[in-house]
Amino acid sequence: MAVQVEFLESIPYFSGLSLDALDSVRELIFERTSERDELIVLEGESAEALYFVISGAVKMFKTSVEGKEQILSIVRPGESFNDISVFDGGPNPASVQAMGPAVLYGIRRNDLEVILRDHPQVALNVIQVLSQKMRHLMSLVEDLSFRHVTGRIAKILLGHAGNGTGPQPRLTQQEMAAMAGTVREVVGRSLKALEEEGAIRLDRHRIVITDKKALKNMVEAYS
Amino acid sequence: MVEMPVVDQEKCNGCGLCINVCHCNALVLVNNVITVIETEECEWCTQCEAVCPTGAISCPFEIVIEEH
Ligand code: SF4
Ligand code: SF4
Repeated sequence: MAVQVEFLESIPYFSGLSLDALDSVRELIFERTSERDELIVLEGESAEALYFVISGAVKMFKTSVEGKEQILSIVRPGESFNDISVFDGGPNPASVQAMGPAVLYGIRRNDLEVILRDHPQVALNVIQVLSQKMRHLMSLVEDLSFRHVTGRIAKILLGHAGNGTGPQPRLTQQEMAAMAGTVREVVGRSLKALEEEGAIRLDRHRIVITDKKALKNMVEAYS
Repeated sequence: MVEMPVVDQEKCNGCGLCINVCHCNALVLVNNVITVIETEECEWCTQCEAVCPTGAISCPFEIVIEEH
């Protein structure tokens, strides 16, 4: 499908541009589709293009030496990824994978320079977009002193565990994040860590506390 | 009855992102809001909750203690 000006209008990078300007931007954009689970960007490789999600969603994540995945953010329609490495010319700081079938618009590095020179408004927009991303990443950094969060999650689980009779209290990862003063991305990893330690078992929609004592120890050790 | 993710239809804007990321066929748009179909195939991956921009769909966990 040809690149659509209507989609470009909804992208924060291009807000405030006239239709003529959008039309000239359009000529420098290429479309790319991704299958579910396809790796679009690999951490450590050099960046060829900046991408916008047009439909579907992708996740940006880093992998630790032990192979653990930490999601940094989920990128939805209208939002961009790969900005950092395209602007500073360095390697990709994280990997990006399609969560479902996705359609992307890409701009190659050199073409981006042309757009920025021809349309200074885009540079102003980029500052705003990057600031918002920085704000999100800052809050993540705070919590990747992560052991503290795991202790808090352990405490929340103990405090909300039902006794197996009557209606059980239920919590989403979003709610646990709010209660632990963190972001959802960190909760998923904390739960996995607790499962690996053998303290809990994730049983579909159930979190089964298999070792209450281990959880209690974690609350004490990390809080 | 199979436990399924919960939808707050008031909050759903019909964007369809949850359907896009879901691995099973549990989610459908009916009159532009999400309806959940019961299926064992839903593995509670919580991707639908993660991707939803409005907080309309959620995957709450029941927390229980296993007594030995
Ligand atoms: S939890 Fe996963 S499998 Fe279940 S409905 Fe949501 S996205 Fe689909
Ligand atoms: S992602 Fe959220 S807002 Fe969009 S269709 Fe699904 S439930 Fe509705």
